[in-house]
Amino acid sequence: MALINPKKKEVQVKIVYYGPGRGGKTTNLEYINKKFRSRIKSEMVTVKTYNDRTLFFDFLPFDIGMIKGYTIKIQFYTVPGQVKYNATRKLVLRGVDGIVFVADSMTLRQEMNIKSLENLRENLASFNKDLNNIPLVLQYNKRDLGKQGIPILPIETLESDLNGSLKVPYFPASAVTGENVAATMKKIISLTVISLREKLDLGGK
Amino acid sequence: MDFTFDFNKNQLESIENILEEELIGLGVECVVLIDLAGNVIVNLDNGKCEHDVYSLAALAAANFGAVSAMANIIGEEEFSLLFHKGENDSIHFSKIGTDLLLLTIFGKEVSLGFLRLKVNEANNKIKELV
Repeated sequence: MALINPKKKEVQVKIVYYGPGRGGKTTNLEYINKKFRSRIKSEMVTVKTYNDRTLFFDFLPFDIGMIKGYTIKIQFYTVPGQVKYNATRKLVLRGVDGIVFVADSMTLRQEMNIKSLENLRENLASFNKDLNNIPLVLQYNKRDLGKQGIPILPIETLESDLNGSLKVPYFPASAVTGENVAATMKKIISLTVISLREKLDLGGK
Repeated sequence: MDFTFDFNKNQLESIENILEEELIGLGVECVVLIDLAGNVIVNLDNGKCEHDVYSLAALAAANFGAVSAMANIIGEEEFSLLFHKGENDSIHFSKIGTDLLLLTIFGKEVSLGFLRLKVNEANNKIKELV
């Protein structure tokens, strides 16, 4: 849960980018880091393995200004997508306030997306959290690959595979070109901050 | 289990006073109380320290989680104390209760033994407050 500091008048909000390995979670944060440099006061932290995959997480703090007199510090994290790193994924999910699920649009990755979303549901359940009740946005990444002749899944298929029962906002995107990366980010920030409104009201008293 | 923390102003001020008295007074450079989700609860320094405490907190929480997982593999519930020694500065980690972690960054002039004693005293006092 978001940490509210009534003394410093500051709220720390944790948003995690989740999804299968090589799906573009880190690329999302790299784009945000480049595009919104003026709002980011420190360097992006990234813990990678020798072959450049995310080992632990990426971490990017992002200031969105003040709400009800409180400075809101958004803290973006990614998880390692590779199946074997589940223990690390669980660690990063601890205290999460909002999630972006980055799905890979490539036809080859259809099964991996479904498995990763199921893994997210299970990991949240271990913290007594329910995927259906947490601020969540889906991003269908790598839409640009279609133009290069690489087979990608139609949005309708991704929707029915992943968003059939969740019915959360979704964005077709390309983290490499930046298409809809900011839109995804703005949506998850807004959903998460709205979900914390009640807590913020209490903190403001 | 996930967790939530709500600290009121008085609690935060009391924690700051304890850390100021026990640790900043001892000559440490920087002290940061975090939760295991990587949030910064209190941070104090000696006025000469400009570390990025938010990134430090995120990494420290993850590091502690990883080390706890290692502890489980060898049959320990956790290692409640961690210490990383650098050439000039070192970091001492101490768990407080079930969900808080105290990071202390200190230079060569501070004795590790004395620091551990003081961290322990601060730890006990903070536990009574939360």
